[in-house]
Amino acid sequence: MPSTTTIDARGAFCPGPLMELIANLKLVEIGDKIEVLSTDKGSAMDIPEWVKKVKHEMVGIEQDGDIWHIVVRKMK
Amino acid sequence: MAKKILIIGGGLAGTIIANGLTRQLGKELRSNDVSITVIGDNEQHMYQPGLLYMPFGRIREKDLFRDQRSVLDRRVVFHVDPATKIDISSKSVATESGKTFNYDYLVLATGSRLRPDTVPGMTEGAHWFYDLEGARKMRDALDGFDGGKIVVNVNAPHKCPVAPLEITFMLRDYIEQRGLTDKTEITYTYPIGRLHSLEPVAHWAESEFDTAGIKHETFFNTKSIDAEKKIISSEEESDLDYDLLVTIPPHHGSQVITDSDLGAGGWVATERDTLLHEGTNDVFVCGDTTNIPISKAGSTAHFEADTIIDNLTSLVTEGRMACTYDGKVFCFVETGLKEGTYVWFNYTTPPNPGPPSQMVHWFKLAYNRLYWLSARGLL
Repeated sequence: MPSTTTIDARGAFCPGPLMELIANLKLVEIGDKIEVLSTDKGSAMDIPEWVKKVKHEMVGIEQDGDIWHIVVRKMK
Repeated sequence: MAKKILIIGGGLAGTIIANGLTRQLGKELRSNDVSITVIGDNEQHMYQPGLLYMPFGRIREKDLFRDQRSVLDRRVVFHVDPATKIDISSKSVATESGKTFNYDYLVLATGSRLRPDTVPGMTEGAHWFYDLEGARKMRDALDGFDGGKIVVNVNAPHKCPVAPLEITFMLRDYIEQRGLTDKTEITYTYPIGRLHSLEPVAHWAESEFDTAGIKHETFFNTKSIDAEKKIISSEEESDLDYDLLVTIPPHHGSQVITDSDLGAGGWVATERDTLLHEGTNDVFVCGDTTNIPISKAGSTAHFEADTIIDNLTSLVTEGRMACTYDGKVFCFVETGLKEGTYVWFNYTTPPNPGPPSQMVHWFKLAYNRLYWLSARGLL
């Protein structure tokens, strides 16, 4: 059963939301989803760009106030 | 009954907390109302940031170590007996020797470890300086280096987030001092779309790299290394050939955390303000061990330790928590062999590094000695 892990990277300057996503993708199974919460608007561009490069799946991006909810599925 | 405080881990985090608690709970220790016990896995305490200087022969190995018993306050009970299973439901910890330790309050400070074995070819094909053996080998490799392609490769997650930049700048200076600049090309790779997680540091580093002729490639997450052909390949389908590969291997948390089902990858789910393990009120987590999305660094452990010392003291003496952690991190940044700068930030204040200076470099060198006062809880 695929699971969803949430990373609360709000206010995280270092290592930052994308680094947290990369690190956490190594810990989950193929098909699992990771939701990243970020207050860094750059993440809303960086994460999709990287996800496309490495051929994972962007499930969705939503902005709720100043918080971005970015959901990625591990594909390989 | 004495309140039992049990600390797992004899690194910087566990040591500062143990020593700090003895200073705050002197009266309770004298009256046997509290006990403080550290379970570690080594009789020696290593100053890990000193490893950065080892490949260049700029620190002596003996200066990296102190006897852990001598670093701990004499009122702390210390066992070299690695924890093998932590059971927070029965408030007990089993150790390698077969003992069981019970606690009223537990501190998890089990740290992180290098996992080059998780990347095919990394153990065989790369050098690193994040542990003693690796730093020794890298020193030998540099001694025999006579020019060629150096790749500095960074993997996530890793501790001490500025060390990859520092080693790159120091390599540049080292190569120049040996008169090998014309025969050497340095390329730095980083997992995300800029040269460092901290945006201001990334911008500054890019400018410095360009001036120094250091090449760089971003969005580079290591997929495999061909040790025979000397090629490193990324998940992003980029290949780089090298003569000397210096890597920052991906890290995991401690095996005992995984074996005790306390967190994937050995990272413990931790409340970012209280530093309590999620769902508990008697298990604190400090330093690299937490899953908080914040730098894994000695200064992080230090500032977190201060919060935990205050809260444990308050819980023992008043039955209440005292304060919260604001996410503070401070890092020196060596910008070569002669200059340095620093950066600090917290959950709400972004970093803003100043211009490099010789003064900050000297202070960093001084801190290489002052560290032992930090570990003893005096600084």
